[in-house]
Amino acid sequence: MSLAKITQIKALALAVPGDDIDTDRIIPARFLRCVTFDGLGDHAFRDERTGPDGKDRPHPMNTPQAKRAGILVVGFNFGCGSSREHAPQSLWRFGFKALVGGSFAEIFFGNSTALGVPCLTLSKDHLAELSALVQQKPELEVTVDVQNLKVSAGDKVWPASIPASARDGLVNGKWDPIADLLDGAAAVEQTASKLAYVVGK
Amino acid sequence: MAKTLFQKVWEAHTVRQLPNGQTQLFIGTHLIHEVTSPQAFGMLRDLGLKVKYPQRTFATVDHIVPTNELKEPYSDPIAQEMIEALRKNTKDFGIRFFDTNTGNQGIVHMVGPEQGITQPGTTIACGDSHTATHGAFGAIAFGIGTTQVRDVLATQTLALSPLKVRRIEVNGVLAPGVYAKDVILHIIRKLGVNGGIGYAYEYAGTTFENFSLEERMTVCNMSIEGGARCGYVNPDQKTFDYIKGKPYAPKAADWDAAVARWKSFASDAGCQYDDVVKFNAADIRPTVTWGITPGQAVFIDEKMPDLNTLNAADRQTAEDAYKHMKLAPGSAIKGTKVDVAFLGSCTNGRISDLREVAKYLRGRKVSSSVKAIVVPGSQLTAIQAVHEGLDKVFIEAGFEWRGAGCSMCLAMNPDKLVGDQLCASSSNRNFKGRQGSQTGRTVLMSPLMVAAAAITGQVTDAREVFKV
Repeated sequence: MSLAKITQIKALALAVPGDDIDTDRIIPARFLRCVTFDGLGDHAFRDERTGPDGKDRPHPMNTPQAKRAGILVVGFNFGCGSSREHAPQSLWRFGFKALVGGSFAEIFFGNSTALGVPCLTLSKDHLAELSALVQQKPELEVTVDVQNLKVSAGDKVWPASIPASARDGLVNGKWDPIADLLDGAAAVEQTASKLAYVVGK
Repeated sequence: MAKTLFQKVWEAHTVRQLPNGQTQLFIGTHLIHEVTSPQAFGMLRDLGLKVKYPQRTFATVDHIVPTNELKEPYSDPIAQEMIEALRKNTKDFGIRFFDTNTGNQGIVHMVGPEQGITQPGTTIACGDSHTATHGAFGAIAFGIGTTQVRDVLATQTLALSPLKVRRIEVNGVLAPGVYAKDVILHIIRKLGVNGGIGYAYEYAGTTFENFSLEERMTVCNMSIEGGARCGYVNPDQKTFDYIKGKPYAPKAADWDAAVARWKSFASDAGCQYDDVVKFNAADIRPTVTWGITPGQAVFIDEKMPDLNTLNAADRQTAEDAYKHMKLAPGSAIKGTKVDVAFLGSCTNGRISDLREVAKYLRGRKVSSSVKAIVVPGSQLTAIQAVHEGLDKVFIEAGFEWRGAGCSMCLAMNPDKLVGDQLCASSSNRNFKGRQGSQTGRTVLMSPLMVAAAAITGQVTDAREVFKV
């Protein structure tokens, strides 16, 4: 299986500020009533964007730059709560190819990486700078450099972090682990044979 | 060298190191349900792969099951489509399915323990973040995404990096009217909703030792609400007694060896932890949430925080929370009007929860302004409750008695809040919109506190209402 090498994403960015944004807010549970991920992009942040009266609320996702943005700038503990992969799927299908934040909930991070969507973290101060800049200058191109662990916009460059295993997977085009996992079949059987509860005892 | 349970289980299940430095970890037990598995089976078919160990995956249906409609086809065609997709997938791939007609269906985190599938020293994964529940048995159990469900189906393994271990010690005896739910809400309040990122939580100390397995499940269940992907309690005699005789428990000839093996997984005396935190049980009082994250909580007799007392980041989330909850900073949560009372979920939908509430409910009536529902988490729990006559106690008091499922914990079924209704809920998440209405409001609390709210129509102190 050959996958794209995800080394660098250059795109316009959109800031959705706030900490502890959970996956129910990213994609409400009623949109999980499905057997495929098709169409989820239309519903990213649905209840944040649309009021109970069905009208648009003031929300970054309702601005003209949302549709053109490829990078989502978020706060801390983004993607907490439910393990639903529907959350990163909806963001990816909406058009976000990379996320930059203060921290990410672990399951969300893993789900995003497995989709080939890098989630990089910046320090609190740097994130505030990036978020403010993106909100002031929506036409500014932002670069998420996974290879060199940097995020840059205009003349600003900030050091960024991502766990080494995720970085290696992304830049080497091996972010979907299935091929490696299948390669280990013989070793898997050996491990299984040593586990009493697996062999039926 | 002295090791933690986490390290021992990790080592026993390590297949090899992957090229990116992660561990290929064997997942001995895989649990699936109808919401996060259909796409995984789709990926499997697209790749032309089979299920590697079909006998190590167990399925049930819980999220979308209507709890007030026991016959199929369900009036919701999407729910019907999802349950049928799971029937087809489990049949095509030879997976055991605890379907609605088996008497063993229920919330996936209740079915595993009830069947004896959940065992100490094992690895358990499920496409559901509350998989940490199974850690109550000394398993390393965690939630995964759908692509990872595919990985487990195809290879029985996952690509993972090890976690650090934080020992959370709670010692002493809880005061009457204070429950396991209050303990975990207190821990999350103190350590934060993101405090557990990168950690497994080991719950230890005399309070947890004295807890039943069901109480331990309530605590481990909400580890994820504290940011920890998994949480566990070291296995002991109570654990073994709970498992003994269950359908998938080791049989008589294998029992003693299994117990010896399980004991060997417990953390060694003198092992090194990455962090240790201690609490006194006596300091914990009945706890309720006031905001939109499970960490935004106070004791029932405390005032909600004044915005000025919070740091900048917490203040922003708190402002958002107060606005959504329509509550006033610095005021008491006690006395807040309640519209709905929900007793159920994988956190507090077990027989011991129903028994404890029923003990106090006889002779009391649900307020006429409250819609109260009680949803046993599993069919076995419902059958046992009916056998003990608990259903009658709830119905007599004015609760609706429902069938097994996730119900109003996440509202992927007909049980939903309407408008800005406020729900006193024994579930695990008070996120905006979580209970099915985007303006709906959730206050998390223990089952007995839910009953007190149902009776008085207010968020109130169950110790006073029931003279506990």
